[in-house]
Amino acid sequence: MAQRRVWLLVTVVVGTVLTLASTAALAQQSTLDVVRARGHLVCGVNNGLPGFGYLESDGSWSGFDIDYCRAVAAAVLGDPNAVEFVPLTAAERFIALQTGEIDVLIRNATWTLVRDTDLGLNFAPVTFFDGQGFMVPRDLGVTSLEDLAGASICVTSGTTTELNLADAFRARGLPFTPVVFEEIDTVYRAYEQGRCDAVTSDKSQLAGRRAIMADPEAHVILDETISKEPLAPVVRHGDDRWYDVVSWVVYATFFAEEKGITSQNVTTFQSPDPDVQRFLGQTGGLGAMLGLSNDWAIKVIQAVGNYAEIFDRNLGPLGLPRGLNRQWTDGGLLYAMPFR
Amino acid sequence: MVRPVPATTATTSPETANPIRWIRKNLFNTWYNSLLTVAAVAALAALAPRLARWAWHADWAVVSANMTLLLTGTYPRDQLWRLWAALLTVMSLFGLSAGAWRGNPRRWIGAAAVAAMLATTGPFQAPARGWLLGTCAGVAAGFMLGRGLTAWRRALWRRVLVALWVVSVPWIYLLLHGWAGSSWLPRVGPSAWGGLTLTLVLAIVGIVASFPLGILLALGRRSRLPAIRWVCTAYIECVRGVPLISILFMAQVLLPIFLPDYRIEHVVRAMVGITLFSAAYMAENVRGGLQGVPRGQIEAAHALGLNGIQTLALIVLPQALRAVLPAIVGQFISLLKDTSLVAVVGLLELLGIARSVLANPTWLGRQAEVYLFVAMVYFIFSFSMSSASRRLERALGLGER
Repeated sequence: MAQRRVWLLVTVVVGTVLTLASTAALAQQSTLDVVRARGHLVCGVNNGLPGFGYLESDGSWSGFDIDYCRAVAAAVLGDPNAVEFVPLTAAERFIALQTGEIDVLIRNATWTLVRDTDLGLNFAPVTFFDGQGFMVPRDLGVTSLEDLAGASICVTSGTTTELNLADAFRARGLPFTPVVFEEIDTVYRAYEQGRCDAVTSDKSQLAGRRAIMADPEAHVILDETISKEPLAPVVRHGDDRWYDVVSWVVYATFFAEEKGITSQNVTTFQSPDPDVQRFLGQTGGLGAMLGLSNDWAIKVIQAVGNYAEIFDRNLGPLGLPRGLNRQWTDGGLLYAMPFR
Repeated sequence: MVRPVPATTATTSPETANPIRWIRKNLFNTWYNSLLTVAAVAALAALAPRLARWAWHADWAVVSANMTLLLTGTYPRDQLWRLWAALLTVMSLFGLSAGAWRGNPRRWIGAAAVAAMLATTGPFQAPARGWLLGTCAGVAAGFMLGRGLTAWRRALWRRVLVALWVVSVPWIYLLLHGWAGSSWLPRVGPSAWGGLTLTLVLAIVGIVASFPLGILLALGRRSRLPAIRWVCTAYIECVRGVPLISILFMAQVLLPIFLPDYRIEHVVRAMVGITLFSAAYMAENVRGGLQGVPRGQIEAAHALGLNGIQTLALIVLPQALRAVLPAIVGQFISLLKDTSLVAVVGLLELLGIARSVLANPTWLGRQAEVYLFVAMVYFIFSFSMSSASRRLERALGLGER
């Protein structure tokens, strides 16, 4: 009896703490106002992912995700350098966002249903469609998955990567021999030593590994993608104004590429296209509707450039193909919503 | 009272005079020792040239180009003088203390001179060279000053010196952290501290804070009051029952859930985690020492009219701590190396910065060079700590009485 009362007490206390915690988080004002009052953006990032987030020798941050942090800061505060970068691990990234420690999480996070709903998060438009791909020696002359029929393929054991590989080949009715290793390093060493015809993993990882191989030019990453890893900026549920800002900053980078607006020509860009005129803040007053200045998009493009510039600057050196991350006009998935 | 240290290394026995006889006696005295010697030499001969060849051809540019980053992390580059000033403070205090406690002049002045020579000839930029030379001068001048002042008024001066060490802690914190709105020392929050600087800050805070906490816990565990004894025992056993990494994760992940209104810096969370963890082990080390103090000592102290606190502070603790000094230093060395675990909770200490450097497309694939450098830095600090503790043990006459 006494024991049951103790448990009841424990349950009530824990429940109260959690309720208080969640209401405290909900009762806050929009992150947009918080960021503006604070004078800088707090952005959760990855501090060690080639191409996406890392430190330069002079102590400054660089990378694809880092550039999107700067883009948001440029839109909201007019200054791409008004960012405090908080390096986070995979384990703590969502908690840091939920508890309000960071304003936005731009750290190669995959958009899934559970995260979108159960974790109380909102995903802005996908900035990078990652997915499982294949790397092969250039000499083999392989251009598509069908050419890999009967090939031996290096893969890490016990991961979804291994399951995706089997599914993809079974669906196409192709035979293959998996060459399985526990360690990621071993997988790539085996591939480089020619113990398998191809190696499979997420494309961003393949590109990072390719760049450190003895002769990167001797390997190609196939265009085909067999799994979905849409990476997107993340904000908290229930803060629609902030969500809109982050989303439209991403769209702005897509739109600028589509219309040929670059960091070089954005200040002098002239076009009869009404969409472009509204984008540049010449007409329409779109900035005010977002709660930003009317030249917000110019600030974004000036700071980081359009999507192609961001991609080429950060992921180009890794030899990563655009793949799905092409404009919708080129058969890719980047599709900016209309600026009107 | 410090006795002169007996020289232990410079023994001139006939064995060392004749190298062949020495080799025969130490390396080939039995058939299995001969076998081991041959095998070891063969292994070394096979590995050493390869290692040397690799080290020669390795691209050390990754280390030299990122040296400032590895040492100071993202600390603002125009504020680096503050870190240099902190180094100068600490090294001058070391010099003063060595002088006051009769350190070997040849060793200290000689080391300062050698360091100054390296600073003059080494590939340093102007400000770094100036600060390094200043630090060398600080050590040498401090040493001479410490000697002079001790000769003049020993007891007073040594007390002043202890006070200086105590004052230096808030001074260095102020220097590193600054405050918001200051033009002279603008605020540099702990989130910008990184690299070796952060490693040392974490280790020093952990050591300084866990030492008294550990002593209190050890005393509490031996307390006659059951409530205190149980609380201390439960704390010690709970903390010793989980790995440090899980405590760090709890500090990073659970604290913000329980305290949503307070934004505690990541670095501070790690400091708290490391301190609480280290204190539990410290408590057990100290308890071992306390148990080794004979009961007669306490009874004698009481007979002299000392009260409980005086007995503890003047009779029991000095003997207990002296006895477990090697264990305590061993724990501090492992604490220094354990700080590398904070890299997995997203802090950019030496190892975390190394990871970041390796993600820079310019330096991809340079793991071997970077990690070897990191290992060497850890080795230098761990080795210095253990050799300093050996000297302290000899000075205290440990293992001789």
